[in-house]
Amino acid sequence: MNLRSSGTQPVRLEQDVVLARQTARKLATECGMRLIDQTKLVTAVSELARNTVVYGGGGDMDWQVLEDIGRVGLRLSFRDQGPGIPDVRLALTDGWTSGGGLGLGLTGARRLVDEFDLQTAPGEGTCVTITRWT
Amino acid sequence: MERIPILQMGEYLLVTIQVDMHDQLALNLQEDLAERISRTSAKGVLIDISALDMVDSFIGRMIGTISGLSRIMDAQTVLVGMQPSVAITLVELGMTLPGVSTALNVERGMQKLRDRVERS
Ligand SMILES: Nc1ncnc2c1ncn2[C@@H]1O[C@H](COP(=O)(O)OP(=O)(O)OP(=O)(O)O)[C@@H](O)[C@H]1O
Ligand SMILES: [Mg+2]
Repeated sequence: MNLRSSGTQPVRLEQDVVLARQTARKLATECGMRLIDQTKLVTAVSELARNTVVYGGGGDMDWQVLEDIGRVGLRLSFRDQGPGIPDVRLALTDGWTSGGGLGLGLTGARRLVDEFDLQTAPGEGTCVTITRWT
Repeated sequence: MERIPILQMGEYLLVTIQVDMHDQLALNLQEDLAERISRTSAKGVLIDISALDMVDSFIGRMIGTISGLSRIMDAQTVLVGMQPSVAITLVELGMTLPGVSTALNVERGMQKLRDRVERS
């Protein structure tokens, strides 16, 4: 697997969620992803970037364009140094929210991508990584 | 503050969402619509989202809230123009927009709105 390109951008303010979506859309288009796959990925990005701002107190989005045999992938990580998620199983339950949300962000994002990874430690922060292949 | 325009056509309100909305903009629209329905006694609201290439849980929730809100203010809401890729993604996300009335395009949406207003 080769790394074609990579970058990082801040996810601190509400407006950064919009910018994160736009970057993901642009990269997914460049990867030659089908419209439906682009839309799924961008929607997952929107959910995760919002969580980074709302619960993580802000952080960064790292992106990587990957090349594998016969396919191209887009991998995005949402990192913050916020409170972390005390109960990951609970957080990955459809409909569970600690705030006033619908509790669909994490579980929904997981369904919308090919690979999903969640690393978190109380008091240290959270990092969610998603990948979608062409 | 940035706002999405609400057009009035007789007893109907028309909203065309053409920008990639940040969350506050979506909340402003919700409030503005409630205020306009009350001020104009509008009977129906048509929301055109054909320009939106993504609807996430936040925007989905806003649509549901507007629909419920208009109902208790004696108005009907019809959502039109959802792109197929957006619809598929929304369902996979886990949002089926229960109680939200939809139509494929503005013309059919207006017809649906008129029918519903006449029946109510
Ligand atoms: N980056 C994060 N840092 C700390 N806690 C988080 C983070 N992301 C998610 N959580 C926790 O996980 C819960 C579930 O997140 P999820 O995105 O699924 O739902 P929500 O944000 O509450 O609602 P929705 O996204 O549907 O509006 C959140 O309520 C929050 O408690
Ligand atoms: Mg969320």
